[in-house]
This record gives sequence, C-alpha cells and structure tokens, in this order.
Amino acid sequence: MAITPPENRLWWNEPIERVEIGWIVVAFLWGLFMFFFMIAWHFIGGQNLSTETYRVTPAAYEEKVAAFAEKYQVDDEMGVPIVRPPAGEDVYLLGRLWEWWPILELKKGQSYRFHLSSVDWQHGFSLQPVNINISVHPGYEQIINFTPTEAGEYGIACNEYCGIGHHLMTGRIRVVE
Amino acid sequence: MTDHPESKERQEKVPAMQQLLDNPFLLLFIGITVPTVLYIVWGVMEIASIPIAP
Amino acid sequence: MTAIDASYAGTAAGNFRTCRYTGLKVDSAAQTLIKANAVAAVIFLAVGGLMGLLVALTRWPAVHLLPSEWFYLILTGHGANVLLFWIIFFEIAILYFASAVLLGSRLATPRIAWAAFVLMIVGAVMTNIAVFQGDSSVMFTSYPPMQAAPHFYLGLIVFAVGALVAVGVFFGTLVIAHGERTYEGSIPLVTFGALTAAIIAVFTLASGAIILVPTFLWSVGLISEMDPLLYKVIWWGMGHSSQQINVAAHVSVWYAIGALTIGAKPLSEKVSRSAFLLYILFLQLASAHHLLADPGMSASWKIVNTSYLMYLAVLGSMIHGLTVPGALEAAQRRNGYTKGAFEWLRKAPWGNPAFAGMFLSLVMFGFIGGISGVVLGTEQLNLLMHNTIYVPGHFHGTVVTGTTLAFMAMTYYVLPLIFQRDIIWPKLARIQPYLFGLGAAGISLFMMGAGTLGVPRRHWDMSFTDAILQFELPSGGFLMMGLNGLSAVVASAGGILYILITVGTVLWGKRLDRGEAPLTFPLHKRAATVAEYGSHATVKLPGTIILVTIFFVSFVLYYFVNWKYLSELWLMR
Repeated sequence: MAITPPENRLWWNEPIERVEIGWIVVAFLWGLFMFFFMIAWHFIGGQNLSTETYRVTPAAYEEKVAAFAEKYQVDDEMGVPIVRPPAGEDVYLLGRLWEWWPILELKKGQSYRFHLSSVDWQHGFSLQPVNINISVHPGYEQIINFTPTEAGEYGIACNEYCGIGHHLMTGRIRVVE
Repeated sequence: MTDHPESKERQEKVPAMQQLLDNPFLLLFIGITVPTVLYIVWGVMEIASIPIAP
Repeated sequence: MTAIDASYAGTAAGNFRTCRYTGLKVDSAAQTLIKANAVAAVIFLAVGGLMGLLVALTRWPAVHLLPSEWFYLILTGHGANVLLFWIIFFEIAILYFASAVLLGSRLATPRIAWAAFVLMIVGAVMTNIAVFQGDSSVMFTSYPPMQAAPHFYLGLIVFAVGALVAVGVFFGTLVIAHGERTYEGSIPLVTFGALTAAIIAVFTLASGAIILVPTFLWSVGLISEMDPLLYKVIWWGMGHSSQQINVAAHVSVWYAIGALTIGAKPLSEKVSRSAFLLYILFLQLASAHHLLADPGMSASWKIVNTSYLMYLAVLGSMIHGLTVPGALEAAQRRNGYTKGAFEWLRKAPWGNPAFAGMFLSLVMFGFIGGISGVVLGTEQLNLLMHNTIYVPGHFHGTVVTGTTLAFMAMTYYVLPLIFQRDIIWPKLARIQPYLFGLGAAGISLFMMGAGTLGVPRRHWDMSFTDAILQFELPSGGFLMMGLNGLSAVVASAGGILYILITVGTVLWGKRLDRGEAPLTFPLHKRAATVAEYGSHATVKLPGTIILVTIFFVSFVLYYFVNWKYLSELWLMR
C-alpha cells in the first residue's frame, strides 16, 4: 500500500507496465510539443509581447508623456486630452492613481511603438473588449509594437490592484479607419 | 527481520536512481538548487541587465 | 496490520500507542501536534472561507454586498487566511503524520515543533490584526510601492519562519526513523510525497523570507526603495511555490486515501516516485507564470521557466493522473469489481466522504485546475487572461477543488484515527464533499468564463459606474459573476457543513480509544494476498485508459482553442 514501505526492497528494478510506459511517452511528447510551439510562435505568430524594456524614473516618464500629449493633442474629453499621433510614431501611455492617460486615437492597420509605464504603483493594462492584458511597473518603460486590427472604441481597465480607487481607473483608445 | 533471504537481498546492489530517491537530503539539495539557479538567479540577472532609457 | 489491543508502550524516547484500525504505531507527541495543527487549520479555513463568501457576494453584480474599502480589506484577508494559513497548518499536520505515524517513529524534538506552532499562530494572528486595522489592504501579493503596516509583513515572516522550523522537524523525524530503523527499506510512497512537499516548502519559505524581510525593513523606513520587478520575481518564488507544496501534498493524500478506503497500492513505485522527483526538480519554476506579461524578462527566461523546463513537471502530474486512478481501478478489480470498463468506479465507496472527496479532487484538479494552469502558463496565451478573473478561476480549481477538497476528505480519517472520535452526522458527512465540490467547481468555471470576457480580478465594480471614462464589459461577464456568487453560496454550505462536522466530531463524537467500536466510514480490510507487481492480471486498466484519453483530448482541444483566440488579437511583434 501507499502508506507502507514498498514490499519489494529493490523496487527500482521492477518492470513498468505497458499502459504506464505508453502514457508517459504520450505525455512527454505532448509536453515537448507545447514547449516548442511557444518558441515557434515567435516566428510564425503575430502576437508576441516584446521584451524591450528600459529603466526610467517616474518623473522622466511623466515628462515624456506630457510632451507627447501636448504635441499631438487634437481635442479633449472630460478634461483628458485626446491625442492623435501620426502613424508609425512613438505612442505613450501612462498609468497613475487612478487613470490611464491620455486618450489615444490610432489608425487601423498602422504599427506603433507603444510605450507603457506607471508613475506610482503597479497597474494592469487591460484592453477591452479585445482582452489584451499587460503588467505595468513604475520605473520600467516597456515598448510594444502594436498594430490595431479593427476600428472602434476600446476601453482600458486596470486589473492590477492599486488601492482604494482601483475600480475607478479606466482609459480609452480609439481606432479609426 | 534479519533472516537469511533478506540479508542475501541486501547484498544485491541498490540501483543508483533508487539511492537518489532514498536520500532526502540529496533531493533537498537538488530541489533547491534547480529553481534557485534557473528561476531566481537568472531572473535577477535579467532585471539587472535592463538598460537605462535613452 | 490487525493488532487488536491498543497497548501503550512507554519507551525512553517516545510514548506510543498502536492504532487498532491500522496497526500503526502512533507517537503521542506527534499525535498531539497533528491535532493542534489540524485544529488551527480548520479555524483559519472557517475565517478565510467566510471572507471568501463575502468577496463572492460583493462581486455578484446584483448583490454587491460590501462597500469598496471593506471589499479590498476582506479580499486581502481571504487570500492570507485560506491560501496560506489554512493550507500550511494542514500541511504541517500531514508532514508529522507522514513522518512520525507512517514510519512508526517518534517525532523529532516535540518542543521545537511546539515552538514552530506558536510562531505560526503568532504570525497568522499578527497579519490578521494588521489586515483588520484597515491600513494593510494590499492583497495577498502586497506589491510595492504600495505599502502595508509593518506588522503585516512581520506576521508573514514569523509565520514563514515557524513553518520552516516545522519542516525541519519533519526532516529530523526522517533522520530518527532511519537511524532507529523503525521501518524496512524505503519510506512509503505517501511519505515520499510529503517529502516532496517539504522540499518545495523549504524553497518557498526561504524565498518568502528573502523578499519579505527587506520589505518589512522598507515599511519601517530603514530601506528607501523596493524594486517592484525584483520583488515580484522573488515574491512569486514563494507565492506560486507555496501552491506547489499543495500539489505534492494533495497528491500524497490521494494515494493515502486510496490505500485507506479501498486498499489501493501504487501500480509501480518507480513510476510514482519518479513523478514526484519531477516535481522536486521542476515544479517551482512555474513561479514565472506570474511574470509572462511583465516588462524586462527575456523570452528565453519566460519559456524555460514557465514550461517547468519542457513541461517535465506537467509530465509528473499527468503520470499521477494515470497512476492514481489506475491504482484505484486495480484495487477495485482485486476487490472483485471486474465487470466491464467501469464497474470498479460505479461500485466504489461513493458514500464514504473520504473516497468521494478524494476522487472529486482528483478529477477536478486535473480537468479544471490542471488544464487551465498550463494554458494560462503558456508564454503568449497569458496575454489573453493575465490578471483577469480567469486567474482566480484557475487557482480555485487547483487550491479549492484540488487541495482543499482533498484535505477535507483526509479529515474524515484524521478524526477517527488521530482524534479517536467517530464522525458524527454520517448522512450530512456523505453529501459534504459533493456540495463543496460542486460549488467549488462552479466558482472556478464561472470565474474562468468571466475572465475570458475581460472581467478584471480584485475589482470592486466591473460596471465602472464612477469612473471618468466609462465603458461596458460584455453582459455575459455579469452573468458569469452572478453564477459565481451562487456557486460560492453552495460551496459555503459545504464548507460550513465541514466545519460543523469536524468541530462536532472533535467535541462530541463517539470515543474510539476504548471498546471495540467499528468506524462509521470503515477502512479497507486489505486483501490477504496482495499480488506481486506484474504477476497478476489486475494491471489491465481499461477504465483508467478511457479516463486519461478523455482528459488528454480535452486538454489538446482547449489548448488549441486558446491559440485561435490569441491569433485574433491586435498584432504585436
């Protein structure tokens, strides 16, 4: 029994039953497949989170985002600037207690270098309804090469708990044709 | 339980893998080393090598 | 195995009784410590479980019970009490049982074991006080720069140190049992599984100490800054690995209950122990699951770690997924249930809550917790559900339907064999695992469903009513969260029943330490002749083969469905 020492002292020498061997082989090969599929997706797939990251002080990042917003602002909504950067340009978004700032207007099918960081606590970038979820840390600026594939209004929730106003933290990205 | 058949069996060599599995402290050692090296040490090195923003 | 008289043999180094039901020699110091740890575990389960119900009722959009401050406070307490305190106290009880009792040895240094117990209690209470004082609603993860009160961290550190000492007592007991030759040959498989849990626990608790000590110093102002990314990497060395202790512990519990209820023995010691070895080597690497959507970590680090080095620990779990039901099937066929592929399963002791809880735990851990865990832990697929409520859905599948249900099932033998009290209210005890299991399965599945629709985790208001920029999540997400609330009510009913039966049995159950009373839920009378391995026809296991085939097909389908979803996202190169 499983609660008593093995009856056969040299249990390692016992033969393994065919059904066990068969299952081990199947499970092992499936594991190998899943492992190599992750690697393969870097070459064949269109969705790989870039790992391009820099250290940045929150103050420096805030300045960069403010300069970016000022340069390309076209309008505002509820006091939040709406920013329309030219296609292919660097785009900045910052998370802070409790908003994603500013509102971005992007063009469908265009690729952007999308900068993401926080100026205070950790936040969770959660783009809806497409459901893309990325962790955002203060002090680290991550750059993702994004290409929106469909026009429409997208909401950004925060899905990393960031204190008492966590559920108030939202943002917006508008994708136009 | 020190009768004859048992002691005869004892002379048979215990396979190396069974010796490993019967040695809790060796298992403890490898069980700590593998994640410490692959996860913690490598992970900390990754963070340490993040460049400063241009 | 059938010692009749419960004799008390006092020796210089220990005070033993012989269990009338199992023939095991039970050291009285170990017995008392198992009781103490089990009682503490159940108390923290009651507190944390109640908090879980409050959380679920708040997230049920139509009920929305608690105000936001309370919601975040209670959610922090829920995580600490059930994920850490309930489970680790119970695991310490299992470690003492698997070492001292199963090896027939005295427990090493009972005094130090008591000191460990006191430290764990002090730590757990201290953290709870910090949470209830209201300025430590930082969630179980307590990511800096968000800061809790210093005694929040100090409590966790004291608890971790206590647990580490207790794990040391387990290792000490292995040394004593080996030195005093209380057993022949190798340790039993269940003890080996417990050893696996203990080894993972050492890494876990050490990681916790390494990161929480500086965090504590930071909270009292002695360190000026905590790097959030560094914290996250090392913290998850504790946070995720502590759930891997559970996996190793509840797999051992499956084997133990199989042995106790139907006389199951491992199909092959070699295969089952090698599967545990894969856990020892690779399971802890999965801590990287929490950093797949984070900046800074390279794709190679992510892929190597998140896959447990080429899914070798998943291989370990899939092996147990065959060998546990296989051992049950083989035992039931030996017991005479040989018709067709499934007579062994149909005629299993479903009325015995230990067996029922164990089997439900096995199936649901595999299908719900296991498959979702691999999908969630795939480097790119993680983008689809990172930090959505899919994540709690997944880990309620592992920790609640898997670990908690298995530990509840084990309780139905801890009570008669260690507390020596017979289970009261057998009719209610019979339905308890089904009630709890059904509710817990609902919680897991509905949260996973809501997560795929984008519902965020740890979030008080998924309708964003008071946010400046509003948008709506799909209505299906609201429906799922409602069903999650309903399931939580069902699971709570099962949980309350468990607490009542356990407490009632300890206080008022029929005493079993005298007389010749039979157990309400009897142990298996082991067949007189157990077949030598491989010499018998019982290793034909058609039922198990069908079960693992169904599992494998579900796994592969679900895996590829998620890749299809991923391929429809915005392009990221």
